[in-house]
Amino acid sequence: MNSFVLAECTTVEGALSQLKDGAAVKAGGIDLLERMKNGTYQPSKLVNIRNISALRGIQKTQDGLTIGALTTLSEISEHPEIQTQYQILSDACGHAATPHLRNVATLGGNLLQPVQCWYYRSAEFECIRKGKNFCFAFGGLNQYHAIMDYGTCPAVAPSSSAVALLGLDARIELSSAKRGKRMVSIKDFYVEPDANPTKFTVIEPDELLTAVMIPKPAPGTRSAYQKYGEKESFDWAIADAGVVLEMDGNTCRRAVITMGAASPVVRRSQEAEALLAGKRITEETARAAGKAAMTNVQPLSMNAYKVDLFPVAIYRTILLAAGQASRDPSAAG
Amino acid sequence: MSDPTKPNDPLLREHGRKGITRRGFLKGAGLTAAGTALLEGVQAFNSEAATSTNSEVTELGPGPVPVRLHVNGKEHAVSIEPRTTLAEALRIHLGMTGTKIICDRGACSGCTVWLDKVPVNSCMMLAVDAIGHEVTTIEGLSTESEPHPLQAAFVKHDAMQCGFCTPGMVMSCAALLEKNPHPSEHDVRHAIAGNLCRCGTYPRVFSATLEAAGNMRRA
Ligand SMILES: Cc1cc2nc3c(=O)[nH]c(=O)nc-3n(C[C@H](O)[C@H](O)[C@H](O)COP(=O)(O)OP(=O)(O)OC[C@H]3O[C@@H](n4cnc5c(N)ncnc54)[C@H](O)[C@@H]3O)c2cc1C
Ligand code: FES
Ligand code: FES
Repeated sequence: MNSFVLAECTTVEGALSQLKDGAAVKAGGIDLLERMKNGTYQPSKLVNIRNISALRGIQKTQDGLTIGALTTLSEISEHPEIQTQYQILSDACGHAATPHLRNVATLGGNLLQPVQCWYYRSAEFECIRKGKNFCFAFGGLNQYHAIMDYGTCPAVAPSSSAVALLGLDARIELSSAKRGKRMVSIKDFYVEPDANPTKFTVIEPDELLTAVMIPKPAPGTRSAYQKYGEKESFDWAIADAGVVLEMDGNTCRRAVITMGAASPVVRRSQEAEALLAGKRITEETARAAGKAAMTNVQPLSMNAYKVDLFPVAIYRTILLAAGQASRDPSAAG
Repeated sequence: MSDPTKPNDPLLREHGRKGITRRGFLKGAGLTAAGTALLEGVQAFNSEAATSTNSEVTELGPGPVPVRLHVNGKEHAVSIEPRTTLAEALRIHLGMTGTKIICDRGACSGCTVWLDKVPVNSCMMLAVDAIGHEVTTIEGLSTESEPHPLQAAFVKHDAMQCGFCTPGMVMSCAALLEKNPHPSEHDVRHAIAGNLCRCGTYPRVFSATLEAAGNMRRA
């Protein structure tokens, strides 16, 4: 790891004043230190926001929930209100990474971690995500890469919490010293590789992610998230599914189906959602929705298995959300 | 290197004389408890180590900074660069080599220590982030005369082969017992979900932890 100046901050204003000349924000530091140890990122200054207590905590508001950017994944997954009212989020935060990483990893850092791709994460490969004009994954090892909507780079969306927050229609609060605060819907937060391959989210270098706001769920809402991995723990998803169902009895008024590891940016499947709206949730409708989510897939040379895995992840998560199945023991824990 | 016991902190130098204590100054500046603990742990700045010390931002490094770390109930003065990880500070600067660095990327939990009793991967944490917190390592788990009941159970159940993952395993399982003295096997599995054992000794780790839970209950 390169050496750096560490600016210890205890207030948001103090931290914002430091965000210039290429300074990097450090929250939990897990993603940041990994890239620095790998040698793909060598900032000469780190702005340590870890001790800004104003950015930590979960607040119930009139409109729903506000979660401070520094709240850890463990705190979110263990929060009683989130466990009962926003289960998709407690599931996602409670199954990301490992127990010890979740004790340190923050929500803001989890949302802002750049894409997962072993070429991008290695200092040996100068790729399109690093401003060059070549992607090694298309002709190389691509078993964990995207199967849809990838354009010029099939590195996958890494954040479990984003899959949940897209399902919950969350908004992200960004703050800067010069321009004050702005709110960005999570659906507009991530940048497609074709729009700009080196910019992963809309956050600007002088901005801090300060909070995430989640609207109150509609009456009858049930939700769940499940992640499937090559190992039971300590790895990113190879397939994951977020499901939010607004129910009238056993009939689904409205469904939101989200996926992470299918594409470079977390996405919804309108096809799957349309199949559930107005229907009863049964094994059959759930399976059909899972299949429909695979419309427009274009698997790479080594990842056609994901086209079989995603429908299973989605259908089992629909049944889990509907209370018709328990957590899949083969899902990652 | 500056002597960490001497008050050559610029804040003290500037204000101590005028009867403004460091603690009072920080309070007056509206710092939070966490922030105060943080700044008090970073002691004895020299002008190179700390260049800007307004109330909100303190710059450290890039060179070595004298800090105090609380490890296993004792305070240790060390001089470390901001890039030093907690694992490196423990092993290299404090000579506590019980904590292992295996993957150095957060993927094996071999480097598990407790930060205020919460298990964390010390390879993915900067040592300066441990300032103001109590760090517990495998060396701190046993008392001078006796191993921790979990360590005794690991020996009895032969819960290790090469032993490289063992300190991390013990720290993860002991943290579980602190939080939940009556764990099920499922709880133990969950607690070590991030601990990788290349030798595959997991079943012995489960049985040792469950027995230690029983013994600790009786004790
Ligand atoms: C073995 C392993 C397995 C993993 N598995 C998963 C998984 O299954 N699912 C998953 O979601 N993640 C997984 N992760 C990733 C991990 O969850 C993230 O690295 C972590 O959540 C990042 O949070 P952090 O607080 O440590 O972020 P940091 O490393 O501190 O920051 C990450 C990035 O965001 C920026 N940043 C952070 N906070 C802010 C802020 N408030 N404002 C502006 N910029 C900010 C930083 O500058 C940096 O670029 C895994 C990691 C490892 C090592
Ligand atoms: S050495 Fe820290 S997690 Fe592997
Ligand atoms: S005993 Fe060898 S790695 Fe666990």
